Amino acid sequence: MKSHKVKRFFTLQRKYLCIPYVIFLLLFVIVPIGIICFYAFTYEYTDPATGVTYMKASGQAFLNFFTSRSKLNVLLVSLFIALLTTIICLIIGFPLAYFLADKKVNKNAVLVTLFIAPMWINFVLRTGATRDLLTWMGINGGNYPYLATLIGMVQNYLPFVILPLYTTMTKLDHSQIEAAKDLGANPAQVLFKNIIPQAVPGIVSACIMTFMPTMSSYVISDTLSEGKITLFGNYIELEFTNKAWNDGSFMALIMLVFIAITMVISQKFSGDEEKGGSKAW
Amino acid sequence: MVKKIIGQTYIWLLLLLMYLPVLVLIAFSFTEATNVGEWSGFTFNLYPRLFQNKEIMIALGNTVLIAIISALLATIIGSLGAVGAFYSRKRWRNTVDLATQIPVVNAEIVVAFSLTVMFVFIGNIVNAYLFSFWTLLIGHMCLSIPFVYINVKPKLIQMDPSLYEAAVDLGASPSKALAKVVVPEIMPGVVSGFLIAITLSLDDFIVTAFTRGSGLLSGSKKIETLSTLVQAKIKKGPIPLEMRSLTTIIFLLVVAAIVLISLYKSRQAKKMRNRRAF
Repeated sequence: MKSHKVKRFFTLQRKYLCIPYVIFLLLFVIVPIGIICFYAFTYEYTDPATGVTYMKASGQAFLNFFTSRSKLNVLLVSLFIALLTTIICLIIGFPLAYFLADKKVNKNAVLVTLFIAPMWINFVLRTGATRDLLTWMGINGGNYPYLATLIGMVQNYLPFVILPLYTTMTKLDHSQIEAAKDLGANPAQVLFKNIIPQAVPGIVSACIMTFMPTMSSYVISDTLSEGKITLFGNYIELEFTNKAWNDGSFMALIMLVFIAITMVISQKFSGDEEKGGSKAW
Repeated sequence: MVKKIIGQTYIWLLLLLMYLPVLVLIAFSFTEATNVGEWSGFTFNLYPRLFQNKEIMIALGNTVLIAIISALLATIIGSLGAVGAFYSRKRWRNTVDLATQIPVVNAEIVVAFSLTVMFVFIGNIVNAYLFSFWTLLIGHMCLSIPFVYINVKPKLIQMDPSLYEAAVDLGASPSKALAKVVVPEIMPGVVSGFLIAITLSLDDFIVTAFTRGSGLLSGSKKIETLSTLVQAKIKKGPIPLEMRSLTTIIFLLVVAAIVLISLYKSRQAKKMRNRRAF
C-alpha cells in the first residue's frame, strides 16, 4: 500500500520533467506569435504636441500592406519564384529519387548521403560559391537576376526534395508496376497512372519542404540577384532594418497564414495515406 | 542495361552540378587571384593566411561556441521535455506535441522576427536594450529544441515500459531507474537530436542576424558568426580569399564524416546479415 503511494508520487514527479520545456515553448514560441498578432493590429503614432510615441489599435498595417503596390508585388514575385523552384526541383528530383531507389541502378546507399551532404557546408558560404561561379560563367545577378536566383534556389532546396521522394520510392509496390506493364500499359501510362499516384505523399511533403522556405528565404535571393529581387523574406528583413515593427509583424502574420494553409493540406494528405493503408489491409 | 546507364549518368551528373560551386572554390583556393576564374599561379599561401585572419578566426570561434552551448542546453531541456510529456496524461502530451510542431513548420524568418519584436517589446517596458549573447542563445535554441524532442519521442514509445517497472520493483529508486533504464534506452535519440541541434546552429543566418547583440569573442561589438561574416563580405564583393581555403577544410571534414557514416552503415548491415544467418 505504502509502496504504491510512493510509486504514484514519483509517477507524478516524472511528468514534471517537461516543465522547463513547456515554459521555453510558451515564452519563446507562443508568446512571440501573440506579440506579432498584437503588433500587426496596432500602430505606433507620435503625438505632435508632446513628441511622445504611443501604440493604438489600428488597421494601418493591414491598409499599408493591401494598398501598397510594391508589397503586393513582392507577394506575387515570392509566390511565383517559390512555385517555379518547387516545380523544377520536383522535375529534377523525381527521376533522381527513382533511380536512387532502384536497386538495379544504384546499389550504394552512400550516394543518398552524398546528395544530403552539401547541407553540412555553411549555407551562406555555398550561396556565395554559387554566386561567384555564376559570375564567372557570365550569369550574374545584374544581367539575369531571375535565372541566377532560380539556379541558387534549386541547388539549395534539391536535397529537401530528394529525401522525402527517395523514402516513398523505396516503398513503391513493384508488383503493381509489373502488373501494369504486363497488362499492356505504355511507359507514360505506368508513370502517370501508377508510379506518381503511389508517390503522392512524398511529392506533397517535398512541395512543403521547398515552397515555404523558398518564399521566405533571404540570403539566396539577396546574394544571387544582387538585391534586384525582393522576396517576402527580404521584405520582412527590410522592415526589421527600418524598425517598422507593425508593418513587419503584419507581413510575418501573412507568412503564418500561408504556413497554416500548407499544414492543413499536408495533414489532409497524410490522413488520406492512413486511410488508404487501412483500406489495403 | 540502358536504364542502368541512363540512371547512373543522371545521378552522377546531378551530383557534379550540386558540388560544382564548392569544388570550383576549392580549386581556386590554390591561387591568390581576387576573382574566381582568374589564376595567378599555384600557391598554398591562402591556408596560413586563413589562420592569421583574426576576423574569420573570431567568427569561427563564436560559431562553434554558440553551436555547442545552444545544442547542449536544447538537448537537456528537449530530452527532459520528451520524457516528461511521455509520462503525462494523453491530453497534455498531445498539447505539447502540437506546440512542438509550431516551430518546426514555422518559417525561420517568422521565428526570428517574432522573437525580435518580443525582445524590443520587453525592452521598451523595462527600458533596456536586451540584445546580447543571451537573446542569440534563445534564438538558436528555438530552432533546435523541437528537433531534440521529436528525436527522443520515438525512442520512448519503442521502449518496453515493463523495464522501468521491473527496476522499481527490484528496489531501484525511481530516479535511479530513470537514469539506469530510461536514459540508456533514449540515448540514440538524444545523440541524434544533439547532432541536429549542432547542424542547425552552425548553419543559421537569419535568426543570428536578427537576435544577436554584443558579447562572446566579439567583445563589445555585435557577435559575428561565420554565416553573418560571409554574408557581410559577399554583399560587397566576391568571397574573400581566405574563405576559399576555409571551404576546402570544411569540405574535407564533410567528406570524413561521410566516410565514417558509410563505414558505420556497412558494419551495421553486416551485423544484420550475421544475425539473419542464425
